[in-house]
Amino acid sequence: MLISLTSFDLSIAAVLVLLLAFLSWRMQLNIAGKLLVAAVRTTVQLLLIGLVLKSLFSNVNILWVIGISTVMISVAGWEILSRQHRKLKGWWGFGISTGSLFVSSFLVTLLALATIIQADPWYHPQYAVPLLGMLLGNTMTGIALGMDRLLQTSWQQRAIIEQRLMLGESSMQAISDIRKEAMRAGMIPIINSMAAAGLVSLPGMMTGQILAGAPPVEAVKYQILIMFLISAGTGFGVISVLWLISHRLFDERHRLRFEKLLKIPS
Amino acid sequence: MSCPALVALIIASIFHVQRFPQSCAGVCLSLLQINQLGYQHCGPIDLQIDAAECIGVSGESGSGKSLLLRAIADLDEHAGQVVVNDVAAADMSAPDWRKIVAVLPADSQWWFDTVGEHFRDDQNARLTALGFSSDVMGWSISRMSSGEKQRLALLRLLNNRPVVLLLDEPTANLDYTNTLIFEQVVDDYLQQNNACAIWVSHDSDQLKRIAQRHFLLAEGRLQPC
Repeated sequence: MLISLTSFDLSIAAVLVLLLAFLSWRMQLNIAGKLLVAAVRTTVQLLLIGLVLKSLFSNVNILWVIGISTVMISVAGWEILSRQHRKLKGWWGFGISTGSLFVSSFLVTLLALATIIQADPWYHPQYAVPLLGMLLGNTMTGIALGMDRLLQTSWQQRAIIEQRLMLGESSMQAISDIRKEAMRAGMIPIINSMAAAGLVSLPGMMTGQILAGAPPVEAVKYQILIMFLISAGTGFGVISVLWLISHRLFDERHRLRFEKLLKIPS
Repeated sequence: MSCPALVALIIASIFHVQRFPQSCAGVCLSLLQINQLGYQHCGPIDLQIDAAECIGVSGESGSGKSLLLRAIADLDEHAGQVVVNDVAAADMSAPDWRKIVAVLPADSQWWFDTVGEHFRDDQNARLTALGFSSDVMGWSISRMSSGEKQRLALLRLLNNRPVVLLLDEPTANLDYTNTLIFEQVVDDYLQQNNACAIWVSHDSDQLKRIAQRHFLLAEGRLQPC
């Protein structure tokens, strides 16, 4: 069923990217360099993970699965931090982003593997690694957006937060509107893609399974499962970020303490 | 403390006991007591303020006047103790403390679309005293002038029925007529509720009008003047 791609097939697509790079260079659109670097990165990174998965599948061992999950979560944690306009202080920033990814992706994947998919063994890398990767990739976007909105807005509106504190509101009341906005910012992408799925867009995983020869209805069921897991994971992840950051942002006397969380230019 | 300053303080305190005999029967405990307050480069600062009393504080910009008010309201970390009605800030939750020890910042902030959403209940009597008609609660924030914002910010603050008012150059954006009205509303509030106030201002004429004692904040110390 599966039509194997040859290097020649891939190079046809690569020529398109090269053409685009050439055109944008001629038009001085300043994107050619970035585009080519990204294209090379995606080729190398995906080939590497392909080799890694190949050896994982032939050598099923829970330690290897734990090892690769740790690497994936850490890299996603750094990625969230690098998308923040307000730079967080070292370990706190890393702890908040990886902690929320742990809740959003790791625990949700664990639940899905143990109770829904029930592969044998339950940690079989053929299911565990792609599932975790898909959840990480999608919840990462939501968490990064929610966190950025929370930090940006509360920094910009620090005078308003303090005004509300001055009027005797608790720290959580003073930041409540900003928390709502951040939750919205984090959840909107997945809510939109759930709403558009099937009508406007055919989600990538489902398409992939269909291309690989799976029956469409089976592929659809997997896609629905993934969508639910992603939306729940993103929501729990953003909520953890909101909780961790809004507690770190204030001290026990309900004072606004940006210096504990952010690198502030003097 | 220098000798003339001590004499001035004694005279001032006699003056207050005579002026407000009803609030101090026998031993007079101050309404607000600030003990050894220290913050950033300032302190230690000691100050006692009686009920219905207003203290004026002036000083160069950057001398720490706003930070003094923030420290008293427990908005910044500080050393020392602040006590109101014999209860220390540390013995009270911070939001409750800020309801009775209320700061009016130089620039008031408004976060909802209309005036009324920032108020829990109507303040009709004071609304008219401050020159507003009753439809002000429906006004949109964006059409308010800075002077109107400041007068409404006072109203919003008094809504919490604070015991201590910390006013940070509150009339800087008001014209002379409105400044006088503002002073009158604050004074009425202090007298009617036996509250007290610290009024930060650059305007020495204003401090003469509203404050019974006047201090200069310089080099981190409060000096009577």
